[in-house]
This record gives sequence, structure tokens and C-alpha cells, in this order.
Amino acid sequence: MSETADRVKKIVIEHLGVEADKVTEDASFIDDLGADSLDIVELVMAFEEEFGVEIPDDAAEKIGTVKDAIDYIDSKQ
Amino acid sequence: MRRVVVTGLGIVSPLGADIETVWKNILASKSGAGKITRFDASDQKCQIACEVKPADHEYGFDPNKRVDHKIQRQVDPFIIYGIDAAGQALEDAGLTEMDDATKLRAGCSIGSGIGGLPGIESESLILAEKGPSRVSPHFVHGRLINLISGQVSIKYGLRGPNHAVVTACSTGAHSIGDAARMIRDDDADIMLAGGAESTICPIGIAGFAQARALNSSFNDRPEQASRPYDKDRDGFVMGEGAGVVVLEEYEHAKARGAKIYAEVVGYGLSGDAYHVTAPDPQMDGAFRSMSAALKKAGMTPADIDYINAHGTSTMADTIELGAVRRLFGDAISNVSMSSTKSAIGHLLGGAGAVEAIFCILSIRDQIVPPTLNLDNPDEGTEGVDLVPHVPRKRQVRAVLNNSFGFGGTNASLIMKAL
Repeated sequence: MSETADRVKKIVIEHLGVEADKVTEDASFIDDLGADSLDIVELVMAFEEEFGVEIPDDAAEKIGTVKDAIDYIDSKQ
Repeated sequence: MRRVVVTGLGIVSPLGADIETVWKNILASKSGAGKITRFDASDQKCQIACEVKPADHEYGFDPNKRVDHKIQRQVDPFIIYGIDAAGQALEDAGLTEMDDATKLRAGCSIGSGIGGLPGIESESLILAEKGPSRVSPHFVHGRLINLISGQVSIKYGLRGPNHAVVTACSTGAHSIGDAARMIRDDDADIMLAGGAESTICPIGIAGFAQARALNSSFNDRPEQASRPYDKDRDGFVMGEGAGVVVLEEYEHAKARGAKIYAEVVGYGLSGDAYHVTAPDPQMDGAFRSMSAALKKAGMTPADIDYINAHGTSTMADTIELGAVRRLFGDAISNVSMSSTKSAIGHLLGGAGAVEAIFCILSIRDQIVPPTLNLDNPDEGTEGVDLVPHVPRKRQVRAVLNNSFGFGGTNASLIMKAL
């Protein structure tokens, strides 16, 4: 697992209060991890802080799964 | 007319986070006061408070029992306390599993005096330091006063009236009184009613201290600071927590064989129209709210055995006592009157609710809780049993609970044994 993936998963577990084994790369934030649209706004803010990247709203809207987040962050670093 | 009874109780307080622990500590004359630990208060005029204790304390509060981890991260402490107290009350009433028809007739009336002040303070600092894009998307609904009622209704599926009172330190009493009327008026059969507060944060302490409402000369003796009716009192001690009761229509409670603590028989409201923070020296507003509650209950002062006073440990204590004296006349020699704020501090919007719970427990156990630190009763207290230092076993048929708030808003509740 990449370093980015580890850090993304840690943020997801902390913010959504879900079990670590549920946070697989293909897990959907809304369908699998119980997030609502505001939780995703909060997650995106946490990713921005953690990785020092800016994730504009149109890019954030396309982040549906854990893997989407990891790929986006990796592409900007 | 539809009658309203109390069938469940829940509490989060500086002396414990379940009914029996808190009541045992109150009757043991314990104080929940101490140095402020929540933040560095060394530059504050008032450096003490009655904080809800952490989970590892002998009588601490564990938020993980009834509040989801995700919600804990999103909302201010007053909402967490309120959700937990509401859950306790539903469990006590045996109502955690209701069918859909019952849920349609069950509602919430849980308010707060101020709401999420710690979160408003901390997010304002983030806004100033990091800019608007760093403000939490949960900022608004994590601080709003009606979000205890909102969260509790979602958690338990309660689809009846969803209400939240904001009347400063009268909130808890108004919440219960309004909810009782909703049941009486057939808007609901079951109401979760009460109040919560948590404003022990730098701006909260500084704000009340600047308004000259908080104590300031007991920083080295926190447990002695809340001393209603005592000559040396010099302002209230801030408390925090929540109190929630289950109110239920009498026939509904009887039909399901519920345990019934007491009946809510009187509710009076009034306004001072005098000053934003100071009470009317004649306390005409308090007199009229108590009178209205007695009239609704069809009672006379001689029927009341215990008064849980507003009694904040400020100059207003003896003014309230003057209004009670005027209303009760000779009947004052029978009544016991105490302030449990001497033990748990002033819970502001939660005060009226936790104090209503202590009134109900007084009826259940036929004992009245003490006024701590009443070493030298002030002038004007002569001939009134203020229950100094230790509780008193006595007959308790009916109780009167007073709450008065900034803005000149007054509420009185009367409850009696069924």
C-alpha cells in the first residue's frame, strides 16, 4: 500500500468513525462508509490539510471512492 | 382534560451522568466545583466551574455510550450531553423501541440558553487565522440550539412536535412546561423535554464575568464558591450538563404499565419588563409566574412542601425569597426551599430541567436536597427552612421549581405525587 493510501485511510477512519477493514480502496464514501455530502466536504478539507494540496469543488465532486481520493492526491504531488 | 405525567429521567451533570449517581452525590452534600481544566483560565477573573467530569473519573461521563463517534466530532458538547440525557430518559421509561404509530405521536422539546459557544469561539479563530475555506461544513448545525431535538428525533425516529426553547436560564423549565402543554393539547402523547448547556470556554467565562454575574473571590476555594443565601456569596458558579424527562399522557402511560414518577400539574410564565440582567427588586415577575402555576394546579401555597429555588448565589437570591414570602404568607413555615446550584453550579439553559429532576426525586424518596455552604444566612432569610448543608427527610407531596432568565423571563413548574 502506498504512503498516500495509508494516510487517506487514516483520515477516513477518524472522520467517519468506521472500522479499518471496511476502508478498502474501492469503498464508496456514501454507499459503503455511511458518509453524507457534508462529510465528504469535511474529508476533502482534511485531505487538503494533510497533503498540502488544493482540491477544487469540481474535482471534489468526482471523488466517490477511497481510490478516487488517493489517485487525485497522487496526481497533484 | 388530558393529564401529563413523568415516566423517565436522564441527566448529565458535574456530579455524575446517571440519575442514581447524581442523586446519591447530591444527598451526600458533594460539590461538583473545581478549578477549570477545559482550558487555561489563569488570566480570567473567575477560574473555577462545575465541569462534567471525564469518563475515567469516579462519576465521569462517557460520550461513547449513546452518541455516535461521527456525531461527537461534529457537534458542540451541549448537544452530546443532550443526546445522552434523552437516551437515558427513554431507556428509563422503557420507550427505546416504539412502533411507528407511537413515534408519530412522540416529540422533542429540548432547548439551550446559549447553544454551541465553544464551537463558535474556536471556528471564529480558524476563520481569522486560516480563512473561510477552513470553516467546518458542520459548523452551523453543530452549534444550533434546536439540534438536540433534531439529533434525538433522528436517532429514535420521533416524528411528533420538534421544538426548542431559548429563554436563557429559564430554558429547561419552559421546555418542560411547553411540552406538557403540547401533550395536554393533544399534539403528542410522549415528549422528551429538557435543556442542556456547555459554555465553559474562554469567551463564555469572560462574558459572564464581565457582566458581573460570576463569582470571583473563591478561586482558591472552588467548592465553597456556590453559596446561595449566604452573606459572602458573590456570583454564580458556571455548571454544564443536561437534564431530559419523558413526559407522557397519563392514560397512555397507564395503559402500557409505565412507572410514573409524578404528575405535572402547574406551569406559570411571566416577564419582568424591567432590566436585561437585573431582577426587578420587587420580583413581581417571579411572584406572578409562581401564582399562575399554583392557579393552574388548583393549589394553594399550603399544598407545596418543597421549592427548588432559582437561587444562583447572587444578590437575586433574597429577592426571590421575598417573592416566595409574599406569595406563601404563613404557609412559608411549612415549606422547605433549597438551591441545588450550590452543588452542581448553574447549568443555565439546563438548570430548570435538572432541577425539575431533583424535584421529582424529592417526591419519589421523600427527602429534600440541601443548600451547601450556607454558613451565615443573609438578612431576609429568617424563618425559612433553606435546608443548610445536609438533606432533610420530610413529607414531599408537591414541589415548585422556579427558573428566571436574562431578559426578565420567568417560569415556574409544579409537580406532585400521583
